[in-house]
Amino acid sequence: MVYENPDGVKIGLEIHVQLNKLNTKLFCGCSTDYHNAEPNTHVCPVCLGLPGSLPVLNRKAVEFALKVGLALNCDIVEQTQFHRKNYYYPDLPKGFQTTQYDFPIAGHGKVIIDGEDGERIIRITRAHMEEDPGKLMHMGSIEKSKGTLINYNRSGMTLIEIVTEPDMRSPKEARRFLDKLRSILEYLDVFNGDLEGAMRVDANVSVMGGDRVEVKNISSHKGVEKAALYEIMRQKNFIRRGDKVVMETRHFDEARGVTLSMRTKEEEHDYRYFPEPDLVPMRVADWVPGVQKTLPELPDAKRDRFMREYRIADMHAKALTSDIKVADFYEHVALRVCPGAAAVWVADILKGELNYRDIGVHAFKVEDMIEIIELVIGNKITERSGVEIIRTILDNGGTPKTIVKEKGLIKVEEDIIIKAVTETLEENPEALQDYLDGKEKSLNFLVGQVMKKTAGRSDAKTTRKMLLERINKLPQK
Amino acid sequence: MITKEEVEHMGWLARIEIHESEAQAYAKKLSSVLDYFSQLAEVDTENVSPTYHVADIVNVFREDVVRPSMPQEEVLANTEKKQEGNFLAPRIM
Ligand SMILES: [Zn+2]
Repeated sequence: MVYENPDGVKIGLEIHVQLNKLNTKLFCGCSTDYHNAEPNTHVCPVCLGLPGSLPVLNRKAVEFALKVGLALNCDIVEQTQFHRKNYYYPDLPKGFQTTQYDFPIAGHGKVIIDGEDGERIIRITRAHMEEDPGKLMHMGSIEKSKGTLINYNRSGMTLIEIVTEPDMRSPKEARRFLDKLRSILEYLDVFNGDLEGAMRVDANVSVMGGDRVEVKNISSHKGVEKAALYEIMRQKNFIRRGDKVVMETRHFDEARGVTLSMRTKEEEHDYRYFPEPDLVPMRVADWVPGVQKTLPELPDAKRDRFMREYRIADMHAKALTSDIKVADFYEHVALRVCPGAAAVWVADILKGELNYRDIGVHAFKVEDMIEIIELVIGNKITERSGVEIIRTILDNGGTPKTIVKEKGLIKVEEDIIIKAVTETLEENPEALQDYLDGKEKSLNFLVGQVMKKTAGRSDAKTTRKMLLERINKLPQK
Repeated sequence: MITKEEVEHMGWLARIEIHESEAQAYAKKLSSVLDYFSQLAEVDTENVSPTYHVADIVNVFREDVVRPSMPQEEVLANTEKKQEGNFLAPRIM
């Protein structure tokens, strides 16, 4: 099946990724651990842009950027330097943003995603390093704001801006790309996507060969999908009415799910880019072999290995490897119990329960998962009880052992069933006789009676089997 | 020659209001600065690679080690307008 893309949708993304696993900012020693801090407590003369301060580049930030570039299958530039992008806005106290311009550190890469009709290659145009601006908070709504509060704690954080070609043909593909990108970045251990503002996206959307519209500063993957859906609908309506879509910048109102026109008077040449004289050029292409060696196994490779090594299905392998934490969790479980059963329990059951509660896999212990699987495989508890234990642990805490005991989940021992069978047959001679006379339905009644006696803890199949064994042994009348 | 409109646009980029009456004068002055610099265009740079930095060094780095930041009072010392530890700017569209 080939995806026709009937509306000629083209989506390209620009993703600002905070390399927030660094200890310090891009050009100064201020800590990156500001998320729960008071405003303006993680700043210094450099990230505040005070006169006379001098930036010095963080070596590890460059290493991280190289890792990202290589993981996105990019070429690494021979020599590069930083430029000043001049604009006057209070999120940057210096009056310019330090960024890369004509020589991005990485370019010409690709990422494979699950597209509308199978695997699809999304080309990476470039990836460049730059500093994050400070954070503005409007008092009240943006239209009626009385003033703007400025917090520079974020100012100077290391960003890598990743720019794709317009290779995505639907909002779903755009979202898949972002999910894949996040997955890769977390595998590299350069990025924590759970932190506020860790990833911000601009989406360029066009339909039917029209001009592209840029939707700025979307903060979630779901938001990108929604903004693109809205934009496609808006542009199609425009064209249907005989109007022409013009190139413009829009803002996404997440609460209302609409995009709104943003007036911008600045054009590319207004930024007056020029080389940053306070920083010397860098020549880091010879770091590449060393950095390459530190790259971990990435999601696609891990998926393939899981399929090979644990003999699990493509679908399970994908579900287990999209999040590095889930992948590690699974491997720990799979080393101790049957990998096939582990895949079902982790990918289908545990992940579903976690998603439902919107929590991460860290909330569950590997040991507990192993114990539950062993109890089920050893026929000590039913699958249903296994699920119940997972839910109980997630909602109320506890261990499988205590929950099994408290809820009486251990399957009833055979002798208890035997006793129940004996009692049932003694108490219901008519039903027994009816069955012996050929009324099959009476057996169901007897099975039900036995299960009632065991409080539903023995399953119907076993009960039926044992009941029949007993009846067949009865002396013939 | 720089036009009055270009002067106004530059004023906007720098968020400086330039009065109609001043624009003409600025246009003249800025044009003369540009003329002066245009002498550089006369130099033959055919086989000269661009200078990105005047110092002939590359790769100056620091290690990823946290250094103390400034206390909040000091950060805000140069502003009169502040609120709850933030700088307070006028409404921004
Ligand atoms: Zn700083």
